[in-house]
Amino acid sequence: MTDDELIWRISGGSGDGIASTSQNFAKALMRSGLNVFTHRHYPSRIRGGHTYTEVRASSDPVNSRGDGYNFLLALGDSFARNPQEEAVYGNEEIKPLSENLDELREGGVIVYDEGLLDASEIPNFEERAEENNWHVYPLDLRGLARDMGREVMRNTAGVGATCALTGMDLNHVEDLMRDAMPEKILEPNIEILETAYDQVSEEYDVDAPDVGVPTGEHDETQLLMSGSDAISYGAIDEGCRFIAGYPMTPWTEVFTIMTKNLPKLGGISEQVEDEIAAAALAVGASHAGVKAMSGSSGGGFALMSEPLGLAEMTETPVVLVEAMRAGPSTGMPTKPEQSDLEHVLYTSQGDSQRVVLAPGTVEEAYEQSRIAFRLAYEYQIPSILLYDQKLGGEMTNVPKSHFDREPNPTLGKTLSEDALADEPHSADGKFHRFQHDVEDGVSPRSIPGQKGGRFLATGNEHDPTGHIAESPDNRVAQIDRRTEKLEAIRADLDQEDTGSYAGPEDAQYGILTFGSQQGTVEEAVGRLNDAGISVKSYGVSDMLPFPTEQVEAFVESVDEVLVVEMTASGQFRGLIQKNLGRYGEKLSSLLKYNGNPFEPAEVVDGFETAIIEGDGDASGQQTTFVPAAGD
Amino acid sequence: MSTFSAIGEEREIDRDEYTPGVEPQPTWCPGCGDFSVLKALKQALPEVGRSPEETLLCTGIGCSGKLNSYLDTYGFHTIHGRSLPVARAAKLANPDLEVIAAGGDGDGYGIGGNHFIHTARENHDMTYIVFNNEIFGLTKGQTSPTSPKGHKSKTQPHGSAKEPIKPLSMSLNAGASYVARTAAVNPNQAKEILIEAIEHDGFAHVDFLTQCPTWNKDARQYVPYIDVNESDDYDFDKTDRVEAAEMMRETEESLYEGEVLTGRFYVDEDRPSYGAEKQSIGEMPEEPLAERYWDDDYEWERSHDMFLDKHA
Repeated sequence: MTDDELIWRISGGSGDGIASTSQNFAKALMRSGLNVFTHRHYPSRIRGGHTYTEVRASSDPVNSRGDGYNFLLALGDSFARNPQEEAVYGNEEIKPLSENLDELREGGVIVYDEGLLDASEIPNFEERAEENNWHVYPLDLRGLARDMGREVMRNTAGVGATCALTGMDLNHVEDLMRDAMPEKILEPNIEILETAYDQVSEEYDVDAPDVGVPTGEHDETQLLMSGSDAISYGAIDEGCRFIAGYPMTPWTEVFTIMTKNLPKLGGISEQVEDEIAAAALAVGASHAGVKAMSGSSGGGFALMSEPLGLAEMTETPVVLVEAMRAGPSTGMPTKPEQSDLEHVLYTSQGDSQRVVLAPGTVEEAYEQSRIAFRLAYEYQIPSILLYDQKLGGEMTNVPKSHFDREPNPTLGKTLSEDALADEPHSADGKFHRFQHDVEDGVSPRSIPGQKGGRFLATGNEHDPTGHIAESPDNRVAQIDRRTEKLEAIRADLDQEDTGSYAGPEDAQYGILTFGSQQGTVEEAVGRLNDAGISVKSYGVSDMLPFPTEQVEAFVESVDEVLVVEMTASGQFRGLIQKNLGRYGEKLSSLLKYNGNPFEPAEVVDGFETAIIEGDGDASGQQTTFVPAAGD
Repeated sequence: MSTFSAIGEEREIDRDEYTPGVEPQPTWCPGCGDFSVLKALKQALPEVGRSPEETLLCTGIGCSGKLNSYLDTYGFHTIHGRSLPVARAAKLANPDLEVIAAGGDGDGYGIGGNHFIHTARENHDMTYIVFNNEIFGLTKGQTSPTSPKGHKSKTQPHGSAKEPIKPLSMSLNAGASYVARTAAVNPNQAKEILIEAIEHDGFAHVDFLTQCPTWNKDARQYVPYIDVNESDDYDFDKTDRVEAAEMMRETEESLYEGEVLTGRFYVDEDRPSYGAEKQSIGEMPEEPLAERYWDDDYEWERSHDMFLDKHA
């Protein structure tokens, strides 16, 4: 936790424009020279229901949500259900204010819309404010917006008040509004913004802000981007021009971004009847020679098991993305979790041959989306990009130069007609698409329509021409060859090293994590070292093929390891032990599965209690500790 | 040499080209109706001028799925019920390919029923042949979606309580623009219908009655058949949805009363194919997407140049 940071939380109801307002504000902070990171919390409802977005801004790099927050802008929930004494959901109208108090830091600021919210409905509100030294500003944001424009513009009034109270330069916000808003609503919004700013500046002493906005400077152009954006751009830069899908939260974001952009690139997007079809379409398009992808979230991905296996057996390159959310079954559709790890690793019958990558940051999401495509096409294997609602939806600033790379539309080992003529064929002219003895297990392929490339792709076991075959010798040769590809991919990935390391190399302790918790763990590692505890972390991205050597070296180099993941059953820890075959006594787990991602402090506390103090019960309020074997 | 030089090549095609060197003799049971589909395809494809290497045949699972092993084109023997989504994506990726999908009645009307409805609805330019033998053959004689009500099998020992699927009516309602039924015992009609179906610019659905002499001994051999387009007993306009629907209904009911009606039931030459519809709204390129990956002069777009400024 640094003092020199603003963590601004805007709360309201679903449908009140919380997402767009927070995105604009985050961008304004980024443009002012700060590093930003956003965290979303929302219900599975179209309208109404408590929702918030946090925007964390600092001159230092920020790769995680913070611990709590220090500035609340509580708007009304326009679509709250009528409160009834006995209603199980309680008084929804007051939730934008009441639900957010527990995590507000001491000395924090509360701006709330007194046009809609009545703080006296919250038990002990004034006492709590006093105890915690909160600075409370009740403002009639709704009234101001109504007088000068429309009620829905109260978000803008709230942003104006925020700027006045934090000392933020209005120009950054105004510029953004000019970029983003249509003419018709721009003028009243600007007017509301400025009026709110002026009124607050006049009414209160804002020269020494309770919580100020930090200042910073970027030395190159920054972009505000989500993991879903980054995955999509990675796909586009790898020459992906075909996507098929079916809507499901949170995967829909990637599907939407691709669908919007593909027609501009002469590509094709297909919304289809179900996820079985979606993955099967991606396989069909790839078979016909186009770089293709599909994706879904837990339940939808379950339907893709069949076409996934078909892609493995027919060695059809394809990329599937899996945006995890809390399960099982429908679970909690808008809440992040990492518990589809085993599902994605093992679903579909038989011995599987696939790649699974789990990027940890927005930058890695772009890179690993590209790696997933490269591996899929070079090795003729399905690649799965595993991420979650957190990484998909969080926004952070990334230097534009990160994306300044050459496109790679190559199809991998795919033969031209000239090259096909020199390859082995059967007497009847059938191309030997699935040859036994080939480098890295990758047998070059042909594309339908090519002369001399005729072959059969089949989900049955098959001989070199693709013809269905069940002879033991052929079976062993084919499955060994397909498996050999994974060894080659492991060696290939070792050249790239997708892992992320933090902390001193000679540290006494270690933390292992995967995917979206990486930034949070790295912040915790920084704080632990500042507190004199020698610890390092390794964020693993390659789930399959697993970087066994690297993880083993990491575990070997420290006394104890805490494995941090958002699952209830310790799936990642299980994967580590499965691959390493030992170290059960050295690995303990810190788990969180209540629908919210870890905060850095929870990792710090869990680590201190469990590893340093050796306390038997190191579970926190929202986290669960599972000791190492034998402990 | 162009990328896909098998496509559009002007030459005489011999029907023997479709016979594979490996396993030239199919393993279907003697008297199986599936032989007729194979034979009709081998006759139809040379006549429409589509060679083995410009044709992609996608099949499902079952005896019908073996078609890929006996018809030597580019082939994709997919999984149970999923031939259509694979096939239609291949057609979108490369519209110059001749794409044919095939499967059994369990494959197409049962497990793949959702794909059937939506592929027909979208009117993809392809041919879909359903080997309809009113039984699950390869798994040894279980009741299928087209088995008659009361059909007894090991999985329906008391006789099926279900009405059979009405495949022609379902196809029409879903949106297919060419719907026909033919029978294995009528090779000339089968060939002619397949030629029309392949040449049709849209989703052409052919319900192909293929008797199963091993597991459906009770079933008729689909004789005598009547061609409703030629018989004087039937008078309907196959381009009229309402008349077509009525004729289909009668055909589907009479099949279970021992009368085999076949022919073209619905033909709509005006409805644009799905690819044409997508191109008309700018959602599909004019040039086949599959060719772009072989075009050395194509300048591949980068997200850096096209999409990033709005994030700044």
